[in-house]
Amino acid sequence: MSAMLLAQQILNGLLDGVYYLLIALGLSLIFSLGGIVNLAHGAFYAIGAYLTLVLSPWLGFGGAFVAAPVAVGLLGMVIEATLFRRFYRSDPILSLLMTFGLAMVAEQALRMIFGAPPLSYSIPPWLRGQVAIGSFIYSFYRVVLLGIAATCIAGLWLLLQKTSFGRVVRAGVQNPDMVGALGISLQPYMSAVAALGIGLAGLAGVLLAPIYSIHPAMGQEIITPAFVVVVIGGLGSFWGVVAAALLVGLVKGVMVGVGYSAASTAAIYLLMLLVLLFRPRGLFGERITRFE
Amino acid sequence: MSKNHQFTRRGLLTTAGSIALATGISAPAILRAQTADVLRIGHLTPRTGFLGPLGEYAVMAIDLAVEEINASGGMMGRKVEVLKEDSVNPQTASTKAERMIERDKVACIIGEISSASCLTIAQVASRNKILFINTGGNSDALRGKDCQRYMFHVESQNSMYVKTVGRSFLRDGLVKGKKWYSLTADYAFGHDLLKVSKRFMEANGGNFAGDDLVPTDATDFSAYLLKIREARPDLVVINLAGNQITNFLKQYAEFGLTFPVGGFGFDTALAWAAGKGNFVGTWPVVWHHLLDTPGSKAFVAAFTKKYSKPPENQAWGDYIAAKIVAQTVNEIKSADSPAIIAHFEKGAKYDLLKTRQGYFRASDHQLMHEMYAVTALPADKIKNQWDIFTSSPPVPGPDEDLEVIAATREENSCTFPS
Repeated sequence: MSAMLLAQQILNGLLDGVYYLLIALGLSLIFSLGGIVNLAHGAFYAIGAYLTLVLSPWLGFGGAFVAAPVAVGLLGMVIEATLFRRFYRSDPILSLLMTFGLAMVAEQALRMIFGAPPLSYSIPPWLRGQVAIGSFIYSFYRVVLLGIAATCIAGLWLLLQKTSFGRVVRAGVQNPDMVGALGISLQPYMSAVAALGIGLAGLAGVLLAPIYSIHPAMGQEIITPAFVVVVIGGLGSFWGVVAAALLVGLVKGVMVGVGYSAASTAAIYLLMLLVLLFRPRGLFGERITRFE
Repeated sequence: MSKNHQFTRRGLLTTAGSIALATGISAPAILRAQTADVLRIGHLTPRTGFLGPLGEYAVMAIDLAVEEINASGGMMGRKVEVLKEDSVNPQTASTKAERMIERDKVACIIGEISSASCLTIAQVASRNKILFINTGGNSDALRGKDCQRYMFHVESQNSMYVKTVGRSFLRDGLVKGKKWYSLTADYAFGHDLLKVSKRFMEANGGNFAGDDLVPTDATDFSAYLLKIREARPDLVVINLAGNQITNFLKQYAEFGLTFPVGGFGFDTALAWAAGKGNFVGTWPVVWHHLLDTPGSKAFVAAFTKKYSKPPENQAWGDYIAAKIVAQTVNEIKSADSPAIIAHFEKGAKYDLLKTRQGYFRASDHQLMHEMYAVTALPADKIKNQWDIFTSSPPVPGPDEDLEVIAATREENSCTFPS
């Protein structure tokens, strides 16, 4: 294989990782703050994709791009208020079972409304085509996708680091009791974080609908690698999750590139195993007192 | 809050692991009493997972078939009842088959799409001496080294798919001295298909520029597409399955690649999901909704009336399997599997909604029937979301033996375990 092709595979792998990132960041955020392992996160991704399909005839792809994540985020707030909220103080195993059930209900609901066969949806004409970056020819849509994802990630980081909202969220992750003692109720923040995290999953659904098959179980396809990313990256670490997503994409891409495609999925689990063996808290995992 | 949290990383991982294991186990079904005026048949097919979308067509079709069978008097005057379950994976499929046979006393089992699950169901069926008709598992091994006396195949074997569409590739000059790049689903079906397609290529003077195995849970094909672009093949050969085909087609169009595409395994629903402009290439099918025969037209009309969309090839498989069983039971006045099997092995002919009748070949229990190669229409010639391809005439042609496309004894031989 030429060095050129390897370079292409590395770049492509990194881009591939960005898709997992949109899912993994929300997962990590909701877990860090509320202690809820949201197994239904993939289902929100699927709902985002189906909403794109439903809204596009009226709003176009551009409209759906704005409306669908907002709608999924609002749905996230409702789920937080009605379901998640009851589990913040209970045994985490219960919330795991609850979100597992929620994922199945959501998938079956999609199957009942839209049918099991996959539905068709294409890239809108104005986003089609190829771009040449030097001698590297790449899909224009994926470049746009990368731009949007990078903007979201940067925006989320700024929100968490530079605003008073972000400071309270970060304090809540480390020590919710202390935040309470300071007279700040975490409730509205939990609600906002759920909306944000779940909205990001919805956004991933919108962005991937034109290039992936849209079917009721599509959430399951993305939730497992996203979990792997969160575990590798380390809970509570923003940049850990970012680095892990890129690493997972890279490992997968290079495995395919060098001719070991059959092992490309197994390789990311092996990577997770190695990380867990040598750095049980993940690459950049922070010490969160209440989870130790 | 903190004192209520007993959360450890270890706890989280073990729980996640046990839940993953528990997913394979299904909810219990209700115990049903066997009555003399009802004849029960079992239907097993994947309804979730990457083959789930196709399984749904199978379910719709078997319901329609049973409805029609009951409307015309059932089987030997008894009402037919169909028990339908999601087969999930080979282990679960085997457990459910066991339960259907032992507890629900089904007369036969129809269905399946996964070759791996076909094998486990066939083992249970043979042990209990109950007929199993495979409607969607393609692998040649099921008709060869893994063949079973109690398993019959309405679905074509991989060799038939390869030889059917291979004729189109030969005609278009895409084989001799040409290089192919293949992507193959990394499980029983894909491995078997790759073996058969390599045999076809060797016999016809072509070679492979590349061949990649693709994990069944892969959704992104960009890394493969970059390799294909670099390799500049004369034909991209798709030996993928289920949603993978749709994902591949959408991304192939996205990357703007223009090498001819063809595949040896295919389902119409996946082309519909890829949609106009994304669906390209030439593919083999056992049946499609545009067939111009009275039988097919009636089936398409009845299916479309009931479900507001046309049936696809998987629907044909389960529909025709149920009809074959009903016709046989009524003809021989017995629903006992050994009697049905003896009738099949004698070469009984069946109307398959095609131009010629078909029969089960006694040597490997494969249904001998006509197949078709469909070719995607260019985007500007497509009038609606369903009619997105044109079809070849039936393969084999009217003057040929139906067996010419099937694997020969040398290619794939079956010795039924006694």
